Amino acid sequence: MPRHNTEKSKDFKKTTIRLFKSLNNWKYLLIVSILLALFGAALSTIAPNKLSDVTNVIQDGIKPDTEKFKEVSENIIKNAMTNSIKNEIVLSNPNNIIESINNLDIDKKMLILPEIEINKIKVSTLDQISFMQTIETLNSETSLNKLNSLPESIKKIIEPKLDTKELEKRAMILAIIYLLSSIFGYCQGIIMAYVANGYSKRLRKDISVKINRLPLKYFDTHETGDVLSRITNDVDTIGINMSDNITSLVSNITLFLGSIIMMFVTNWIMALTAILSSVLGFFLSFLLLKRSQKYFVERQKVLGDINSHIEEIYSGHNIVKAYNGEKEALEEFDRINDKLYNCNRKSQFLSGIMQPIMHFIGNFGYVAVCVVGALLVMNDQTTFGTIVAFMIYIRLFTNPLSRIAQGMTTMQSIAAAGERVFEFMDEKELADESNLKEKLAVKDAKGNIEFKNVKFGYDENRTIIKDFSAKIKSGQKIAIVGPTGAGKTTMVNLLMKFYDINSGDIIIDGKSIKELKRSNIHELFVMVLQDTWLFDGTIYDNIKYNKKNISKDQVWEACKTVGIDHFIKTLPGGLDSNVGDNEAISSGQKQLITIARGMIEDAPFLILDEATSNVDTRTEELVQKAMDKLTEGKTSFIIAHRLSTIKNADLILVMDEGNIVEQGKHEELLKKKGFYANLYNSQFQK
Amino acid sequence: MFKLFKNLTNKDKKVILIVATLVVFSVFLDLRMPEYMSEITKLVQTKDSTMKEILNAGGHMLLCAILSLVCTITVGYFSSFLSADFSKNIRRKIFTKVESFGIAEIKKFQTSSLITRTTNDVTQIEMLLSMGLQMMIKSPVMAIWALVKILGKSTELSLVTGTGVVIIVITNLFIIKMVTPRFSKIQKYTDQLNGVTRENLTGIRVVHAFNAEKFQEGRFEDVNNDITKTHLTIQKTFALMDPIMNFVMHFQHLGIYVVGAMLIVKAGMMDKITIFSNMVVFSSYGMQVIFSFLMLTMIFMILPRAQVSAYRINEILEEDLSIKDGYYKGLTDKKGIVEFKNVSFKYPDADEYILKNISFKVNQGETIAFIGSTGSGKSTLINLVPRLYDATEGEVLVDGVNVKEYKLSTLNNKIGYIPQKAFMFTASVKDNVAYGNNGREKPNIEKVKEAIKVAQGKDFVEKMPDKYDTMIARGGTNISGGQKQRLSIARAIARDPEIYIFDDSFSALDYQTDLKLRTELKKYTKNATSMIVAQRIGTIMNADTIVVLDKGECVGIGTHKELLKKCDIYKEIALSQLSEEELENA
Repeated sequence: MPRHNTEKSKDFKKTTIRLFKSLNNWKYLLIVSILLALFGAALSTIAPNKLSDVTNVIQDGIKPDTEKFKEVSENIIKNAMTNSIKNEIVLSNPNNIIESINNLDIDKKMLILPEIEINKIKVSTLDQISFMQTIETLNSETSLNKLNSLPESIKKIIEPKLDTKELEKRAMILAIIYLLSSIFGYCQGIIMAYVANGYSKRLRKDISVKINRLPLKYFDTHETGDVLSRITNDVDTIGINMSDNITSLVSNITLFLGSIIMMFVTNWIMALTAILSSVLGFFLSFLLLKRSQKYFVERQKVLGDINSHIEEIYSGHNIVKAYNGEKEALEEFDRINDKLYNCNRKSQFLSGIMQPIMHFIGNFGYVAVCVVGALLVMNDQTTFGTIVAFMIYIRLFTNPLSRIAQGMTTMQSIAAAGERVFEFMDEKELADESNLKEKLAVKDAKGNIEFKNVKFGYDENRTIIKDFSAKIKSGQKIAIVGPTGAGKTTMVNLLMKFYDINSGDIIIDGKSIKELKRSNIHELFVMVLQDTWLFDGTIYDNIKYNKKNISKDQVWEACKTVGIDHFIKTLPGGLDSNVGDNEAISSGQKQLITIARGMIEDAPFLILDEATSNVDTRTEELVQKAMDKLTEGKTSFIIAHRLSTIKNADLILVMDEGNIVEQGKHEELLKKKGFYANLYNSQFQK
Repeated sequence: MFKLFKNLTNKDKKVILIVATLVVFSVFLDLRMPEYMSEITKLVQTKDSTMKEILNAGGHMLLCAILSLVCTITVGYFSSFLSADFSKNIRRKIFTKVESFGIAEIKKFQTSSLITRTTNDVTQIEMLLSMGLQMMIKSPVMAIWALVKILGKSTELSLVTGTGVVIIVITNLFIIKMVTPRFSKIQKYTDQLNGVTRENLTGIRVVHAFNAEKFQEGRFEDVNNDITKTHLTIQKTFALMDPIMNFVMHFQHLGIYVVGAMLIVKAGMMDKITIFSNMVVFSSYGMQVIFSFLMLTMIFMILPRAQVSAYRINEILEEDLSIKDGYYKGLTDKKGIVEFKNVSFKYPDADEYILKNISFKVNQGETIAFIGSTGSGKSTLINLVPRLYDATEGEVLVDGVNVKEYKLSTLNNKIGYIPQKAFMFTASVKDNVAYGNNGREKPNIEKVKEAIKVAQGKDFVEKMPDKYDTMIARGGTNISGGQKQRLSIARAIARDPEIYIFDDSFSALDYQTDLKLRTELKKYTKNATSMIVAQRIGTIMNADTIVVLDKGECVGIGTHKELLKKCDIYKEIALSQLSEEELENA
């Protein structure tokens, strides 16, 4: 189950700082990208201003030119007044010059109003008259219809001139701003993609390296799924959210602050109006966000519950069926499912109405700004252009807030995930061994081993191996027996230095294992465990494993020795068949492959866990033969289940509840009539 | 996808209708808003307009905004109801269906896949419904409506808007085409990443023992590179999205202005004003068109994933059950009798038979044991009794009645089945043992204690911190394999069955405990019949009847002594575990 975003971190600030620091060199790219976001956002706050400039230019281009209009009428009237004859006519009806001119014959008209040239455009007599007639009926409001019926020549003069040069210039500026902000945006996105992926790749790698540096104790006490979820879910949460979130947070904060600044710079009264009208909305949406957060957290928890229940019922399916547990299971399922339904509904509803509320606040602010703006315009305290700019600012101002709020919660989840990753990275590693200079080469090792007063306990307070001593000579066979859960693997843990002994010593060919590096000790041992461990790869890869310079022939040789060569030949891919999901390979055969892997490694010591509970008897026989081959010439420690092993062993260690309760040879132990004798005889009793 | 939506209840469908109506209404309101906006703009622009007019228009716009808010909140309410309700019902349907599955179906789907189908896949559909439903209705309505409002007004401006839309559609198609296949790759790589890590974790001892840390890191590195590369490509592609969207939106706006301005220059006096107002309308509706296309592409982003999920869910819901429930609920006069009559079995699509012509009969109070190599079919054979599988040919009779005729619960009441892998529920020891229903009362604590005692679990349970109330951790990780097996046997004992079925249920016990348990059990359940599958000769050699299986065929039937004499395979198995002398002693 993926961990959901809403998980809270314990120490947000500390983790965030650590996240930033651990970016190392990526840090600088992150800063570049933040700067780009900043510039981009800044450009976005200037853009409305420039856009209103463009609007103004166009608007000027559609209004009739009042200056020119005046000029035309002045010119025509002057034309009418300059002649002496004209004076008479004018004087004959001084109240209405236009009417009197109108009443004249055409030739007189031409005399009075000869063609004139205004702004290099010829205006004929008739045009002048028609102009005069039009303006006579013209009231204060410049009626466009009237203007439209003016003669062409005059229209040409007073026609609004759209300043195309100015428009071009302004549009160019705006285009450059938009283009730049898009380019910035793209660069920023690409950089963040590199940062986020580079960083998460490194985190994943660090975790994978860390796994092999942790003491085994960690894995004995932690679940596999937990580590897995850190490597996938948590790192993904960091990677994906980081690339989307950080820069968007930066650009939204910039937009938000930028628009506040620009608003105050432009007009403080309207700025206050805009902010005040949105405050309530912001408050409301923060409240909602908090509430929905609560349900999201709860939902995540309930999802976990239902997941567990389903997992349990599905994996115990045969028990549920055979014990008629379906009804019981369904009742429990319904109970959780109902809970989930409620959380789902509430969380989705609350988070879903955030957007509409912000949308409404935008509209509300719009109206408020317009009304207050209009008031100011009427009192000549501001211009129309300011209102236009504010109409855009109010959107720039309200949009980022909900994103900032969401961004902050995502930051929380990044921090929570980061915390889990760091927690893992901070786990105590295996003791540093660089100071150990001793070395025991494989070819120099003879195979003697001595336990000297070994004391050990998984807990400091509870010693389970109390003072164990034994001398084992090269080539001897040591059987470790005991009931289930008696702690037989403890011996393996100590021999392989997976755990450190509390006191005493284990000496291999004269050298204390405390003086030898773990990797050195591992070289000396061949280990074949009961849990057949194969990785997803070919049979060849699995047998060769990490060793270099192993030829196919050598692998074949090992296969022949353990007797699995015939089987491999029957597989279509031979040695190159994949073992991953291959159903053709049984668990017994898999065990043979792990034994073959052990065969390839040439080492003086052997640790062998021979239990083969679910393997059929015939394969088991094959496995046992292979194991016997493996023990040849090696000092071997065998976790024994077979009587033959026990009987032939040079030393039998009998374990119970973690302790070595008896040790000795088969015959000796039988004579003792103690724990071992009991254990051994139980298999023959009726 | 549509198939899945057939699961919508009538109530759900009504809700969808309401949502659709409200969405259309809110689109109407949303498209009204720009008109009020331009009215306000105009009023503010004209010197002589009165405050009253502005307040009036502003009031209208606010009313519109409030109505739209109410609409969307109601839509939000209904669609959150719808998605939660639908997912709840689907989840329940899947769960019930899986409960009715037989082993065959479980094996076919795999438990882990069934789990993700019941949870993650349903969540995907839920997301689609909660986010997508509104968008799915809203965006086409919005796009078409807004287009209708501007179309025919100006060819040139329409062209500019159209270009914007085309660029967006192409960009999104490109992104979807780039990203979709990579998403499924990511899924694959994540599985691999998990796989390699799991492998390292489970084999940690081997890794250390072989000094293979570097080797494992190398394997991890390979997958890590792959997944990072794919992630990077996806994110780089997505990085295109925002800038291009912004670019198109802004340039469309600017383009409309510039083209508009050019038209104004050319146009006559009257037309200038019309063109200008067209320009304003185009730029606001053009924005709406682009937004709705954006929404649409967002749906196309979630749709493919939801579609995969829907398909996976349908697969479960449509699966034919291989085990059909019977009707026989009555009592039987005989008890504890199991008879196989010429039973053969093969998996539905397999060619080869796993069991061939098996016949035997076991009477009340007797013990029958099955032995043979892996793949000899012994587990399959006893799984036929509780109908985990059904026989392909022949009959399996319990108390004289064919198992297929029983109602499953009636049949199960007769049986105490202990599987190979002991399974523990996350519950107390007591609840684990008292689990299930046998048609009678739940076992009380005394009964539970007794069962645990017989199963040789008393010692360890009473050493646990809360004794019988101790919680068993998930997957039973706080107790050992042998302890799990003992509790699992106690669970069957607490049920008081007529027939015990032990499917290799003693494998994790040491010889001593194994022996003691079987002796005690024998004393406790004199009248019950036992069917035992085992690997160890020691476990079975005292059975009344031993059936030796080899490759699905019965190669020997009789007692230990008889079989040693007449059955070679049996002798071979026995000798591989005990020496001749030991066999004699036994």
